[in-house]
Amino acid sequence: MKRTFLGEFEEIVLLVVAGCTEEAYGVTIWERVQENTGRTISLSAVHATLYRLEEKGFLNSEMGGATAERGGRRKRFFSITNYGNRALQEINEIRQQLWQAIPAEKLQPKLSFS
Amino acid sequence: MEKVPNHGSPPRWVDRLLTIIIAPHFLEDILGDLHEVYAQQARQGSARMARLRYLLAAVRYIRPYFIKRKPRTYSPTYIFSPAMLRNYLKISLRTLAKNKAYSFINITGLAMGMAVAMLIGLWIYDELSFDRYFENHNRIAQVWQHQTFNGQVGTQTSLPFPIGDEIRRNYGADFKYVVMASWNNWHILANGDKKFNKSGAYIEADAPEMFSLRMLRGTRSGLKDPYSIMLSESIAKAFFGDADPIDKTMKIDNNLNVKVTGVYEDFPNNTSFREMLFMMPWQLMVISNPWLKTMEDPWRPNAYQTFVQLIDHADIDLATARIKDIKKRNINKEQLKYKPDVFLNPMSEWHLYSEFKEGHRVGGRIEFVWLFGTIGVFVLLLACINFMNLSTARSEKRAREVGIRKAVGSVRNQLITQFFSESFLVVGFAFVLAILLVLLCLPVFNEVADKKIVMPWDRPEFWLAGAGFSVITAVIAGSYPALYLSSFQPVKVLKGTFRAGRFAAIPRKVLVVVQFSVSIVLIIGTAVVFRQIQFAKNRPVGYSRDGLISIFANTGDIHKHFEAVRLDLKSNGAIVEMAESGSPTTETWSSTSGFEWKGKDPEQSVDFSFDEVSYDYGKTVGWQFVQGRDFSRDFATDSVALIVNETAVKFMGLQAPIDAPLTWFKKPYKIVGVIRDIVVNSPYAPARPQFFCISAGQGNVINIRLNPAAGSSASIEKIKTVFEKYNPGSPFEYEFIDERYARKFFDEVRIGKLTTFFSLLAVLISCLGLFGVASFIAEQRTKEIGVRKVLGATVMNVWSLLSRDFVMLVCIAFLIATPGAYYFLNAWLQKYDYHTTISWWIFALTGLGTLLITVLTVSFHAIKAATMNPIRSLRSE
Repeated sequence: MKRTFLGEFEEIVLLVVAGCTEEAYGVTIWERVQENTGRTISLSAVHATLYRLEEKGFLNSEMGGATAERGGRRKRFFSITNYGNRALQEINEIRQQLWQAIPAEKLQPKLSFS
Repeated sequence: MEKVPNHGSPPRWVDRLLTIIIAPHFLEDILGDLHEVYAQQARQGSARMARLRYLLAAVRYIRPYFIKRKPRTYSPTYIFSPAMLRNYLKISLRTLAKNKAYSFINITGLAMGMAVAMLIGLWIYDELSFDRYFENHNRIAQVWQHQTFNGQVGTQTSLPFPIGDEIRRNYGADFKYVVMASWNNWHILANGDKKFNKSGAYIEADAPEMFSLRMLRGTRSGLKDPYSIMLSESIAKAFFGDADPIDKTMKIDNNLNVKVTGVYEDFPNNTSFREMLFMMPWQLMVISNPWLKTMEDPWRPNAYQTFVQLIDHADIDLATARIKDIKKRNINKEQLKYKPDVFLNPMSEWHLYSEFKEGHRVGGRIEFVWLFGTIGVFVLLLACINFMNLSTARSEKRAREVGIRKAVGSVRNQLITQFFSESFLVVGFAFVLAILLVLLCLPVFNEVADKKIVMPWDRPEFWLAGAGFSVITAVIAGSYPALYLSSFQPVKVLKGTFRAGRFAAIPRKVLVVVQFSVSIVLIIGTAVVFRQIQFAKNRPVGYSRDGLISIFANTGDIHKHFEAVRLDLKSNGAIVEMAESGSPTTETWSSTSGFEWKGKDPEQSVDFSFDEVSYDYGKTVGWQFVQGRDFSRDFATDSVALIVNETAVKFMGLQAPIDAPLTWFKKPYKIVGVIRDIVVNSPYAPARPQFFCISAGQGNVINIRLNPAAGSSASIEKIKTVFEKYNPGSPFEYEFIDERYARKFFDEVRIGKLTTFFSLLAVLISCLGLFGVASFIAEQRTKEIGVRKVLGATVMNVWSLLSRDFVMLVCIAFLIATPGAYYFLNAWLQKYDYHTTISWWIFALTGLGTLLITVLTVSFHAIKAATMNPIRSLRSE
């Protein structure tokens, strides 16, 4: 394994960016992460993760349009890179292999009355 | 952009904070996202909640990841690395060494300015710390009184003898100590063979405690026994050397035997009691002058001083209000017309604020503190202006250096640091030189200013002030070149297209005008001060001062043998005449009321100077009679005769003063002579009515007119022999009246000397600056002058070309300075009743003088440039 490890939160953020149909930027990503995970997450955590993923090369970003709501500031749109794509797929494959290895009966919930 | 409904905006200060904290490359989208979230939340809920959430969200960005700045693409420039610092220093030293004349002008000019500011600072500190030596200085006060005489309110410190007991008895609740004191008088102290005439006072026993004497020997209770004396350290040394003086016997005025009970540290020079060299018990004075207890009307004569110390937390204004009418309650009804209002003058105001006019405090020496403070600031300003002017004048020369430095990669901050380090270096040198100058000047300055200032080496305030002052000077003086020179564009200066614009010289010209305005004001001020002193010195004094000496009679021995002494001296040719008087001719120590004459309004309160003299006094001092005659032994009635001055006649409105009858405390008197006004008290004040009468008693002063035919030193030698024969108990000490008279001008002469010194320095500094600027201008225009000479300009043409600008500036400065100088000096002169006028020729002369100095200063370079061979100036390229 040569590529950098992805943390759990990083993986979620990366998945969310990958899953966005329209252009993804800070606020939309933050909202989606909260929706999908049901957790309360601070905007700063999302931002920090996005920048870190960009530094690691999983994401690309470019500055986009400004709105009055933002005080005339531009948005930073994030998109997933090929490297990011491959990393996600690799993670998925590893997970799949691990899932396959679990015996079927172990996955059944056990009842116990002791 | 769509228009959004307004929900208020998130708190601005948070944004500002984030702008500072968060690294710039994150800032835009983070802030944008935050604002967007805020807008959304504000739409859905309350704006307040949204704000709170905004704040909470924002706080979470304060963490290292967001704070850390992105590393720069280029390596940073090191402005303050040790190597660079060394480099700045080295280059600065080289620049200074290369331009020796420039460095010399800058450093000496600045050093002189700083030295003056330092001297003035020390002087002001000394003045402001006056009387701070006493531990209780903020609780001590002196009792003063306002009285109305001749229609004017006068203010004095003299009070009646019983006032101390009265305050203690009926107003004691406000005061911790009440101390009566005599005036500081000269007394002969003797121990064995040693005799000295020194000044000291009779004072009550609480004084040592009140004035927190620092006892070297004995205790502060040394004045409790009436036959005791407390000596200052210097007196004790003079008499006893290093031996213990306690319990030694001393003789005062060849009369009273007292025992030394204490030695106290000398009062410092900047205290009001610096001349009180010893203290004698008040009781001793009362015992040796029994008439004090049996005075007919003890509340009438004012002759003593009263000092008090308030109890802690007492309010001085309330205490003043309580004792205000103390005299009115005790004096005779007929004296109520003098309206004596008693008040407390706190010690903190004694020295600087004790001038009263019509019963109101009008200031005092504090005016000098302001005057010299202003002069100090201005002289320092002049020196700073020099520095700035020279730097800007050199700017065109250094522009090329700036261009090259920038071309090889220097950034602006490095250049700024370079120029500042140069100015700091110059100021540093100047500061050291200034301290040396102050050390050199301090003895002379102390003498002129009548001070005993020492360099406060061990005071951190001094160093702090010195350092702060240097830094401010360096920053002010260095800022213009540092900020202006460093902004040059390298391309322009290196291509040679750089020319300081037409207006670049304007600030420099303005500064020169300021410099010369200040100098001209100072010169005119000095001239007027001296004119005023001269004017008062030329005032007719009403008697003849040459060869007149006065001797203070401390013992009665001469008086007892007066005729014998007089005949002895007259027969051996030492003197022309001698006589006794109550006060020296230059002064009047007593004044009196109680005169009634025909036509006087009975309600009018009068106060006349008066003096008791012996026969021949008029002949001795040389009275100038307008009418009538001198006192004479031939008339038996002369014991009730009066001689008055012209002002008295005018004041009383007498048509025929001779033989006019008047009464003095109900006793009939008669005027026999009218003399010209004599200058007693201030030579600037108008003359006051003055009376003389004959007294058979002993006078305080023996006046002697030396024989002009004999040499004065030989005569004095003869007088000394005779005096020592008849009065062996006291040392022979005398004073020439003209010297005593000259002391009346002491204050004004001192101010005159100090302002002369300061204005000379101001002119010198200004000229140094002008000299420097002229040299740069001449250098700059070398080629132009060369071309002009080739085309036929004469030396005169070139000289006037170079001088014209400066002459113009000085003319403008003159026009600015004159009205200001006139206004201030006129106001100053108005304070004196007897004052000179400011005549136009003072201004004309000052203007011409300044112009001459300017032309001379500039001419040195102008003529040098004008006589230079044009080949040499044109060949260089």
